Amino acid sequence: MNVKRLSKIFSILFGVSFFAVVIGDWVINSTPMALTLFFAFTFFAMIGLFVVEKGLVPYTFKRILGSLVTLFVIASATFFMLRLLPGGPFDKEKTLPPKIKAHIEAKYNLDKSIMWQYGDYMFGLMKGDLGESYKYLGRPVRKIIGECLPASFKLGFYALILSFLIGIPLGVLAAAKHNTWLDQVSMISAISGVALPNFVVAALLVYVFAMQLNWFPPALWSGPLYYVLPVVTLGVRPAAVLARLTRASVLEVISSDYIRTAKAKGLSGKRILFQHVLQNSLIPVLSIAGPLVAGVLAGSFIIEICFAVPGMGKHLVQSVTNRDYPLILALTLLYSTLLVFANLIVDLLYAYFDPRMKLS
Amino acid sequence: MTQSDQVKIKTTKDSAANSLWNDSYIRLKKNRLAIYSFYFICLIILTGILAPLIAPYSFETTHMDDAFKSPGMPYLFGTDGLGRDMLSRLIYGARLSMAVGVITAILSLLFGAIYGGISGWIGGATDGVMMRIVDILYSIPSLVLLILVKVIFDSFHFFENPELRSLVGMLLALSLVGWVTLARVVRGQVLQVKQLTYIEAAQSLGIKGPRILLRHIFPNILGPIIVLLTFQIPSNILAESFLSFIGLGLKPPYSSWGVLASDGWRYMRSYPYLIFFPSLILFLTMLAFNLFGDGLRDAFDPKMKK
Repeated sequence: MNVKRLSKIFSILFGVSFFAVVIGDWVINSTPMALTLFFAFTFFAMIGLFVVEKGLVPYTFKRILGSLVTLFVIASATFFMLRLLPGGPFDKEKTLPPKIKAHIEAKYNLDKSIMWQYGDYMFGLMKGDLGESYKYLGRPVRKIIGECLPASFKLGFYALILSFLIGIPLGVLAAAKHNTWLDQVSMISAISGVALPNFVVAALLVYVFAMQLNWFPPALWSGPLYYVLPVVTLGVRPAAVLARLTRASVLEVISSDYIRTAKAKGLSGKRILFQHVLQNSLIPVLSIAGPLVAGVLAGSFIIEICFAVPGMGKHLVQSVTNRDYPLILALTLLYSTLLVFANLIVDLLYAYFDPRMKLS
Repeated sequence: MTQSDQVKIKTTKDSAANSLWNDSYIRLKKNRLAIYSFYFICLIILTGILAPLIAPYSFETTHMDDAFKSPGMPYLFGTDGLGRDMLSRLIYGARLSMAVGVITAILSLLFGAIYGGISGWIGGATDGVMMRIVDILYSIPSLVLLILVKVIFDSFHFFENPELRSLVGMLLALSLVGWVTLARVVRGQVLQVKQLTYIEAAQSLGIKGPRILLRHIFPNILGPIIVLLTFQIPSNILAESFLSFIGLGLKPPYSSWGVLASDGWRYMRSYPYLIFFPSLILFLTMLAFNLFGDGLRDAFDPKMKK
């Protein structure tokens, strides 16, 4: 069996498991661990086969290596900056008796030299050990993150999917009905979506749908019904960005020569739109997916605060007020890792779908 | 004879009118929405500058007997939990939000332009290292970076006054985070312009690098830079309001729009007008900046217009 067929099979498997995971999550409010793992496996297998099929293996390795260097620099820089700050994390409370303070510092190795601490941290990092929280006593940071990652991940994931589901059709519609009232209405709503701050959308939705209509709970994260408002809030901005970009891209393709040829051949409008225009205009849209992920990551903060979602954003804000350095460090690193690898995957997908694209 | 002279005069007049800036100005003027947005932005800025003259009350005067008064007379937009007049707080908010947005955008533009200009001009290994640093900063989500910079600044007690400290910390954090995007774009533009023949001509005349950068390159990429600036200002205003909203930014009695919205969020169930007005004004300002920025971009680069 050749790679091309294998990658096709895995794409289909990925699609099926994707729907299974989403349906499981929304309908029975739980996905079996095995299914989630299978979903992740098919996703990475699909990407891996794409890479092999396109001969991008050396490029991918180079990028992964570069990403690791970037993350290493971020980890080191953040570590030293936080450690060298004046005022330790335990200064906030009443002045402790020196003996107790020394004891606490010894527990967290704060009495050792900074290079020793750095080496210790980096060594721990390689083993996946992120240290112990200063605030939640006796709780390893890894455990805290393990608890808050799923909520954040789900929130961002669904918001991205929602934004693609709304933004792209809206953009195509606007372009297909160029210069009509439909075009104008969708573009006005798109630019409003870009201009609306997240918390304003949150306030609006909570006021209308939670307080007045009582359709959805206004906060927390304990079931599919709770997902609706945060996910919609987070999805508005990326959807608006996508709609504008899709419209511009479709309009550009429509005015190109080969579309004129298709029209001259006498193809129907629908056939031209779906067969020729869409395929060529959606590739540039994919290139915005990287910044979109970054935007969703940043936006998820506000949403998590607004809706009291027990996710990473909420923890980061709290850890900053608590000066819980290990947690700040770990969350910064985690956010950066997500962003870096999301960008890598977007670039690989872009290279796969655009045959003109040459990565080096 | 006279006829040909007239034609000549006409063409020269036309070409004078059609210089890059004039041309862009004419295109911009045709975009009604962008022009109205520009007027709106001017109005907000003027309101901010003239805040003490316009506002009926001070932003921190409390009228404890009139706490949580609904919009009406004499408090047009109502009062908050401490009886502070919302209209006055919004007017002073225009001052603070706009100042934060404009100052940080200009600061980050200065730094970004210098950094990107140098990187693009020198090229080679220097460019590689400088862009690598930018890439690394780019790999941290902007809000996380903002929060980190803020934490670091706040733990140095540069100012005794906690309010001043939070304001300066905010300005610094926003400027330090914002320059990254600008540096990238400026570098790209410099790389493009660098290859043009008139730069080569300037070099062969013996003009030094910094002078070429300042006198010959920057004026020619001013258009895209101005467009970037119009988009940087609203995104900084937004970032400020985000930070204030999650409680890491400015704090009351300061009254930036973010502080007001954050305050309003807490009382949303009982007093929805407290979040309505700051949200509305923030939205309108963002919309105006976006529309004006789009108009400017289309005016400078008609190819972009679709």
